[in-house]
Amino acid sequence: MSLLQIERLGIAFGGLRAVHDVSFSVEPGEIVSVIGPNGAGKTTLFNMISGVYRPGSGKVRLKGEDVTGMEPYLLAKRGMSRTFQNLQIFQNMTVLENAMAGFHLQERGPVLADLLNLPSSRKRTHMAEEGARALLTRVGLDRAADREAGNLSYGSLKRLEIARALAMNPAVLLLDEPAAGCNAVETEEIDHLIAEVAKSGVAILLVEHDMKMVMRISNHIVVLDHGEKIAEGPPEAVSRNPAVIAAYLGTEAADADR
Amino acid sequence: MKLSSKHLTLLVMATLIAAAPFFFPSGYYFRVGALIFVNALAVTGIVILTGYAGQISLGHAGFAGIGGYACALAPVHLGLHPALAVVLGALISALLAYLVGRPILRLKGYYLGVASLGFGILVAMVLNNERELTKGPDGIEVADLGLRGLLKDWGLNLSNGEFWYAFTGICLVIGAWIALNLFNSPTGRALRALHGSEVAAGTVGIDVARVKLQAFVISAVYASVAGSLTALQNKFVTPDIAGFMHSVEMVTMAVLGGVGSVPGAILGAGILTLLPQVLTVFAEYEQLILGLVMMLVMIFLREGLVPSILRKIRGRGE
Repeated sequence: MSLLQIERLGIAFGGLRAVHDVSFSVEPGEIVSVIGPNGAGKTTLFNMISGVYRPGSGKVRLKGEDVTGMEPYLLAKRGMSRTFQNLQIFQNMTVLENAMAGFHLQERGPVLADLLNLPSSRKRTHMAEEGARALLTRVGLDRAADREAGNLSYGSLKRLEIARALAMNPAVLLLDEPAAGCNAVETEEIDHLIAEVAKSGVAILLVEHDMKMVMRISNHIVVLDHGEKIAEGPPEAVSRNPAVIAAYLGTEAADADR
Repeated sequence: MKLSSKHLTLLVMATLIAAAPFFFPSGYYFRVGALIFVNALAVTGIVILTGYAGQISLGHAGFAGIGGYACALAPVHLGLHPALAVVLGALISALLAYLVGRPILRLKGYYLGVASLGFGILVAMVLNNERELTKGPDGIEVADLGLRGLLKDWGLNLSNGEFWYAFTGICLVIGAWIALNLFNSPTGRALRALHGSEVAAGTVGIDVARVKLQAFVISAVYASVAGSLTALQNKFVTPDIAGFMHSVEMVTMAVLGGVGSVPGAILGAGILTLLPQVLTVFAEYEQLILGLVMMLVMIFLREGLVPSILRKIRGRGE
């Protein structure tokens, strides 16, 4: 039984098959990347796995449990977290508060205690703050803790989002283009961060355009084209696969290459 | 011990409330002060709902109406002490907020605004038309709270104006304390997070519909208690307390002062409560003035007075 198992997942939007019959699995500590040309259905696939869209067919299993189409907050409770391609930061909060919000499942408690600032409520807040500060240090944002999140650079926000996702101590982490819009230095920082997280036993599913990064850090690659899986395997094998080259460069280029 | 911004805010508030009477030219101002405090209390509830959680209600006057009429009816019909009638009103308001909010808050978008608008109108209609119970549009008498008499027996002799000034002032400080507690608590962070991004709030495990409902219920209790205090202070209540204009007033006060900020809510309530006292034309043009205030704030001071001023001060400091 795999930690995260995707079984023949599919969805159609008004007759258009955005994703069709895609299956793969992710094990603890493994980095699996989903790649493919623009419009191949990567983000749609991601949104189905993370509960944003309800799949038209197929199943998502998390630790063996069928979680297909489950709402994101219920998936979070079961250990799945994600980041977003177009950042979803709580801009109205500080950097520290953003990270603390990631501890929601651990810090939440009776509302009445929160309203009256009872010791139990203060204790929960304190616990989340400690954890959040440690995470911010881990992603190199400890000195920005008290700044408004909206004022951070793009690369920093990407790392903040990863920190927030890690706060809930997920078993599976879905990263939607974590390096998009980042410069080379920022990409490398994120690169290291992801590798380190995987090493701690978290299963990582990654959608990324930066091929160098994908080839460097992935254990396993799933290639989508027109919503279907056209290849899968370790980085070296996938990069030599003619179907993959054809999908990215067109069939003629693939022929010329031969 | 370092003074947190919460304690500083509360200290400044309490000091201002305690010191202001020394500058009152006449006893009339105690009454104005108490009006401001009661309005500010209701608006503090709006800050929690709209400022923290980003949800809009256009029917909170309905809860004020329930709180007010609970104080008029429960002592007569149920034999409850007026103080317990306040609690009963708050419980009914909380229950109704739960029943109205539960189906609505599962939906995304501005459904709550429309549903609460309908709810407020419904309450006003019931209060106007159930003449046998509520005596209709002319209003109904409210029993005395009795606390002033009790204080007198203990040797603290306050005039009616002084008593209500002090009592509502204390209620407001407690209300502000609770709202500020919430701000930096796990629940408060969840509310502000869903305001920032509902999708992201879901991915960190926040049950968005549930915490929205909590905010709605809490803010309904604020409005209900404020309504009760208004009725008890006036010893009289009319269905206007639940009217649409009252709901709009609350939102405008919150927006003017700064909807995310508790001190802002109090300032906004202060300004819009004082205006009609100094400008006698206000009553005639109330709707016009409220509309204008709302527009000007939205155009020039998106965050409201207090946050905009704070930003200016901080900007200069750096």
